[in-house]
Amino acid sequence: MLKLPKLLLMLPVAALLAGCQYDVLVPKGWVAAQERDLFVISTLIMCIVIVPVLIMAVYFPWKYRASRQDKSDYDPNFEHSTKIELVVWGVPIAIIVALGWFVYEYTHKLDPYRPLPAEVAQGKPVEVEAVSLDWKWLFIYPEYGVASVNEMVIPANRPINMKLTSSTVMSTFVVPSLSGMIYTMTGMQTKLHIVADHQGTYPGRAAHYNGPGFTGMTFDTIATDDAGFDAWIAKAKASGKALDTESYMSLEKPSMRDPVGYYASVEPDLFNRIVNMCVEPGKTCMAETMMQDRMGGGGLDGIKDKSKLEYDDARGVDGFGNALPTPPAPLAHLLSGGHGAAGEEEGQTHGE
Amino acid sequence: MANEQINPYLDGWSPLFGRLTWDWIPYHEPILVATFAGVVVAGLIVVALMTKYRLWAPLWNDWVISIDHKKIGIMYMVLAFVMFVRGFADAIMMRAQQAMAAGGAAGYLPPHHFDQVFTAHGVIMIFFVAMAFITGIMNFVMPAQIGARDVAFPFLNNFSFWMTVCGAILVNLSLFVGEFGRVGWLAFPPLSENQFSYGPGVDYYLWSLNLAGIGTTLSGINMVTTILKMRAPGMGMFQMPVFTWTALCANVLIVAAFPVLTATLTMLTLDRYIGTHFFTNDLGGNAMMYINLIWVWGHPEVYILILPMFGVFSEITSTFSGKPLFGYKTMVWATISIMVLSFVVWLHHFFTMGSGANVNTFFGIATMIIAVPTGVKIFNWLFTMYKGNIRFEVPMLWTIGFIITFTIGGMTGVMLAIPPVDFQLHNTLFLIAHFHNVIIGGVVFGTYAAVYFWWPKAFGFKLMDKWGRRSFWLWFTGFYFAFMPLYALGLMGVTRRMNSYMDTGWQIYFIVAAFGAVLIALGIACTFWGMFVSILHRKELACGPDPWNARTLEWAMSSPPAPYNFPETIHVRGLDEFWRMKQEGFKWSGHYHDIHMPKSTTAGVLIAAAATVFGFAMIWYIWWLAIVSFVAILAIAIGNTFNYNRDYYIPAKEVAETEAKGAAV
Repeated sequence: MLKLPKLLLMLPVAALLAGCQYDVLVPKGWVAAQERDLFVISTLIMCIVIVPVLIMAVYFPWKYRASRQDKSDYDPNFEHSTKIELVVWGVPIAIIVALGWFVYEYTHKLDPYRPLPAEVAQGKPVEVEAVSLDWKWLFIYPEYGVASVNEMVIPANRPINMKLTSSTVMSTFVVPSLSGMIYTMTGMQTKLHIVADHQGTYPGRAAHYNGPGFTGMTFDTIATDDAGFDAWIAKAKASGKALDTESYMSLEKPSMRDPVGYYASVEPDLFNRIVNMCVEPGKTCMAETMMQDRMGGGGLDGIKDKSKLEYDDARGVDGFGNALPTPPAPLAHLLSGGHGAAGEEEGQTHGE
Repeated sequence: MANEQINPYLDGWSPLFGRLTWDWIPYHEPILVATFAGVVVAGLIVVALMTKYRLWAPLWNDWVISIDHKKIGIMYMVLAFVMFVRGFADAIMMRAQQAMAAGGAAGYLPPHHFDQVFTAHGVIMIFFVAMAFITGIMNFVMPAQIGARDVAFPFLNNFSFWMTVCGAILVNLSLFVGEFGRVGWLAFPPLSENQFSYGPGVDYYLWSLNLAGIGTTLSGINMVTTILKMRAPGMGMFQMPVFTWTALCANVLIVAAFPVLTATLTMLTLDRYIGTHFFTNDLGGNAMMYINLIWVWGHPEVYILILPMFGVFSEITSTFSGKPLFGYKTMVWATISIMVLSFVVWLHHFFTMGSGANVNTFFGIATMIIAVPTGVKIFNWLFTMYKGNIRFEVPMLWTIGFIITFTIGGMTGVMLAIPPVDFQLHNTLFLIAHFHNVIIGGVVFGTYAAVYFWWPKAFGFKLMDKWGRRSFWLWFTGFYFAFMPLYALGLMGVTRRMNSYMDTGWQIYFIVAAFGAVLIALGIACTFWGMFVSILHRKELACGPDPWNARTLEWAMSSPPAPYNFPETIHVRGLDEFWRMKQEGFKWSGHYHDIHMPKSTTAGVLIAAAATVFGFAMIWYIWWLAIVSFVAILAIAIGNTFNYNRDYYIPAKEVAETEAKGAAV
């Protein structure tokens, strides 16, 4: 009869040992290793106060239970003790001061925008430009003029300098074995610096919900030696396809669970135009608009052709992840000063 | 399975029905059809029973139009429990899906459905369960604790409640008419913009939250005013019970934070309806603005939920330890500092969006500082038990369960406050485990403790001990089974909101978590069954007005309380006034005066009903109905200002009779 509770107790232990990959606890890159260290340090520091609290939370109710024999220690008026109050404020403050120091140090050391220190990653850095599309990842290697979809290959032990953006909605780039997350946002650029200390294949994914294709938006990060990396670049070069304006526009269309793909050449400055939302011919780049705005903008007269600034409407999706020619906001004519279509006519265009 | 052949997104617009077409009725989704059938059957049974026992008129006269804070409090609790069942059904569905969908298996929920489920779960649990629970408890307890007869604005209280119901109705309607948002509980743009979430889902989200938000804001104003202006004579700020203090701080937060939510959601609504560009990618919109604004509300919100529960646990710990609360002043100052600090930590929800190291450091350390007053509170509860005489009644069990669970949740919370650690754990199941650890451990355990604690006050009989204990142990163990595996999965880097995954190694963890959810389901069943059998055995379980030997003024009322709460004004001399009164052998004088009381009013429920229709019309673009219902709202509200017949007197004789009867119980 004793066997069943024992077995139940063993269950979580067995599950822990079931060969799962604790990517966060067993990192494969310097950045993730530092983050893991900080995780462990902070846990240990907090245990100084957490463990006694948990013990007291069980011991006090038991010790002072109403059913105890000797109630001489019951003190119905005990409600204040300067000594105890000093301890209960002092200990948490001391712990937070200690943790605060670690926070300052590590947050600056592990700032994702900061290039890695020379002692953790040697050799020439590799630049990678990552774009989250609906629902796949595009990786551009500007120095090599190649690009890949849903597969990122990097040389181990060399610093990888990433720039990231998104084509429609927010996503998050993450390869837990190598480093923490960074968001990708349309019209904005974020940065991430990582290194793989060991060769291997590490799962990467989108960590921020971004629509119907979210779950399938995964990719492998393959860390290899320099020779393997060069071979992979050569393989991409041999694929024959070019990533130019036209092929980017078709790649950008919503799709799910795309296979790994390669591009032998990439139009120069493509990533920059993606960030500026002006890959599509005829669109004004954000940087230009912002410069114009900085010089005064010119109010409504400054917008000569509104369609040059429009972006989202062409990229609508329905609830199943299909491209959807999006109707305008139903009451948009209220904003444009009343002229334009009347409400009902406006509404009827929905189906078209 | 969703039938992708039926694609209602492509349907047109008609003047009469807007964009509502048959395609939007999910008759092709077996799960929803079965749910609908269940709701209809249950609804018919309720209607039949109510008709049979002639309960419609009492329901309307004694409850729906009542402005009695105690009845409104109880109605909030009923609403919250009903919505809790809905939100929990969503949770069970997610757990089942994730336990099944490993290694390429699709599970039983396609993304289109699964994504609505996790969005609805979050929205319902925060806005219509947790918020309704705390508002209900504050409504019932707080005015009595300060020796008042009602809240400062009784009509507003009724109106606030019905606006919350209005939001809840819209959320539930989305289950059978159209769809709910597929955007996560905070609806981050640009995903939540028309372009990327066309359809009524996000509009259901926006209108239900904005309409319910009106109720919440007004209720916050009401309670702050009540606490500041309506305390019994002699009760200074530092003579208020701790629960009243925490209620005050929570309501100050509501008044300060909810307008931000309303403004933010209104801007998103404008983006979706009239084509402004607050949060779009193009034409100068900036989604980061939304992220900042929503968390400027969102972080105080979690303290709005937890602060009143800190008050509940304080009252319970001191009552069942037979001692005054240890360190009352410390407790109050800790609450106030949490209230202030909660407004300077919002950025910790998006350390991963590329803020600089200095910004992240500031918000990381600010967040950890909140752990200090919170830690002090935990110590104060422990030292209240120290040298006490602890009775393990059901509310006390929940309190000890809370201290253990919340301490662990607090620790993982501080971990997440460290930016580089958050880089790894943000958006993983570790985060999910953390906030369930504090919200279930804090708010849900607190609600259970409060319900078992104040139930005898509300109804005059105790809840059955046996089922309360079963419920606690199932919940407590179920919680750890359900959420400890999620911590482990988070450390494997598993992301939240995935409807399937390839790594079969994760599956065992999800199965254990689903098992935990089943235990919790049994715990919930024990709660309801316990309430049911306790009501059947209410004669044996009947108790006097002070069954727990408690310390604060609400226990001086009879159980259940008379409409006027206290037959005469109480003069307060210090903390734990009721305790002192009992020591002195307290009795009402018997020389009663006429008592001035507010009258019931139908305006609140009527305005809220019109608002529900208005919300529905806006969601479906039915413009004529929107105009009609909006005019109706204005007409009822203005008409109500001409109602001068708002108060009445309970004659002293009737008070004396009621009190004589009450003493006999």
